[in-house]
Amino acid sequence: MRELATEPSPSTSGVLDPPKTEAGTGNAATPRKRDRKRWGLTVVGSVVALVFLAPYLIMLSGAFKSRQEILKVPPEYLPGDWKFDNFVNMWGTPETPLPDNLLSTVVISLGGTLLALLAALPAAYYTARHSFRLKLPFMLLVLITQMLQPTVLASGLFREFVSLEINDTWLAMILVNAAFNLSFAVWIMHSFFATVPKEIEEAAWLDGCSRGQSMRRIMLPLVWPGIVTAIIFTFIACWNEFAASLILLPTDTNQPLTVALTRFIGQYESAWQYVFAISIIGILPVVALFAMIEKHLVSGLTAGGVK
Amino acid sequence: MQALPWLLPALVLIVGVVIFPAGYMVYTSFRDLSRFGKDRGWAGFENYVRVFGLDPLPTVLTNTVVWTVGTVVVTVLLSLVLAQFLNKKFPGRKVLRMVIIVPWAASVVMTSTVFVYGLDPFYGIINKFLVDVGIIDEPYGFLKNATSGFLSAMAVAVFVSVPFTTFVVLAGLQTIPHDVLEAASIDGAGKVQTYWSVVFPMLRPALAVAAIINIINVFNSLPILKTMTGAIPGNDADTTTTFMFKLIQNDRQIDTASALSVVNFVVIIVVIGVYLKVVKPMREVNA
Repeated sequence: MRELATEPSPSTSGVLDPPKTEAGTGNAATPRKRDRKRWGLTVVGSVVALVFLAPYLIMLSGAFKSRQEILKVPPEYLPGDWKFDNFVNMWGTPETPLPDNLLSTVVISLGGTLLALLAALPAAYYTARHSFRLKLPFMLLVLITQMLQPTVLASGLFREFVSLEINDTWLAMILVNAAFNLSFAVWIMHSFFATVPKEIEEAAWLDGCSRGQSMRRIMLPLVWPGIVTAIIFTFIACWNEFAASLILLPTDTNQPLTVALTRFIGQYESAWQYVFAISIIGILPVVALFAMIEKHLVSGLTAGGVK
Repeated sequence: MQALPWLLPALVLIVGVVIFPAGYMVYTSFRDLSRFGKDRGWAGFENYVRVFGLDPLPTVLTNTVVWTVGTVVVTVLLSLVLAQFLNKKFPGRKVLRMVIIVPWAASVVMTSTVFVYGLDPFYGIINKFLVDVGIIDEPYGFLKNATSGFLSAMAVAVFVSVPFTTFVVLAGLQTIPHDVLEAASIDGAGKVQTYWSVVFPMLRPALAVAAIINIINVFNSLPILKTMTGAIPGNDADTTTTFMFKLIQNDRQIDTASALSVVNFVVIIVVIGVYLKVVKPMREVNA
């Protein structure tokens, strides 16, 4: 919105322009030409948008097709009769216990997000507020965990959790998700805390605020966008996690949606209609959440490498 | 020492779930493990010798290089164009930005499965579309052989990597001061000339960040190849990452898989080293 608001629309700039005579068609053509060029860009943009949406439109259409329709040769682009059946029937199919899978995804995502936040918040606050000898090494360590992914450590994580006897539990995945998303949360909240001048906090203490009060009334509102970004990003990353769950959660009732989904795809028979109905449910909420934090993501993911 | 209570929760998580398993993995790579996880003692470099002696390894290594370099290069090129486009002002630009984040936000497994379905030679809608617009004459089994399956998977990897990369490049474009561009045009520089001599050099830091983060993500990627070419027998469409997962899941060779993981781990550490050296992130952190 911000960017659009600063840009005067063609009509308002016309008001500000010196009045044109009928004869001055040469002048009048310029804004109109520019206008046409802009709409030309919109047309190109629509095509680009269609390319990026295409797989999800296929998904949407498939989620409303019947089993016969989705396996029809040759296929049709759209379902003949849009039916909600798949969204109802998918919960009780023999391939996977879907209600359990949804519960797993929700529990692991909420647990992972909460744990990451609890660990990241004090670290982000302290590193933004204080200087200490091991600060750079600490931030470096945090940064490196962001670049290491559970995929490369899968066999080590598997061995560790088997030894601890927490393999095949939600706890294992909550720990993995929290640890590997900690970095983003620390970084983004650190950068928000760092923008709040220390003096504001000190002034609040002088005015008789307790440390807790100044935190709640002064800091929190200022850094809230950073905290929300950290929460949403971590939640989405947990929600979409696949590789570690595949290795660490062998029992079907413990598996999240991402892993459960692959059970519908068989060598001889696949229940695509359910795959797509589940995908719609798995994707819609995270896209909506993602859109809310889009403008903070680049700085958080590149640790300030691009500003 | 005052810092410790504040940093402790984060440190416990990092040590417990990143550093310890990394160490355990290195340790395991020197042990002899049974298929059921029983530790049968010291193995020396046996696991490493076995990994490097595996028949599919040359193919897998070549695939890994093609997969990573190919995907990242194409992603960066497309993102440069797309970011340039998004940097223009036109009605609907905001909507387009929102649309482009969809493949970034969506689960990669879910996105990949659409392509598995769409590229099916019988009921696949993408195949039908390609025939309808005349790109191919008849439906083709893209995922039925290793070569075309691997290339299709690369295309999907590009598709899901472009949004993040575009946004990084776009952030880079927006750091270029307007008067620099104006000065160039006053000096009589054409559009192409301005791009190559002014815009592109200023984009280099953003490109370095985007390229390196992509290298790590693409190198580590499991879901795309797992869903798209996982059903093809053999290892002709495997990278070191998917090969390692097959060793764990299908063959239950945790020790051999660990040796291969350590090799992957070293590759990633080198890339991280390059990242720290070239990009110098965290420059805003004052010690």
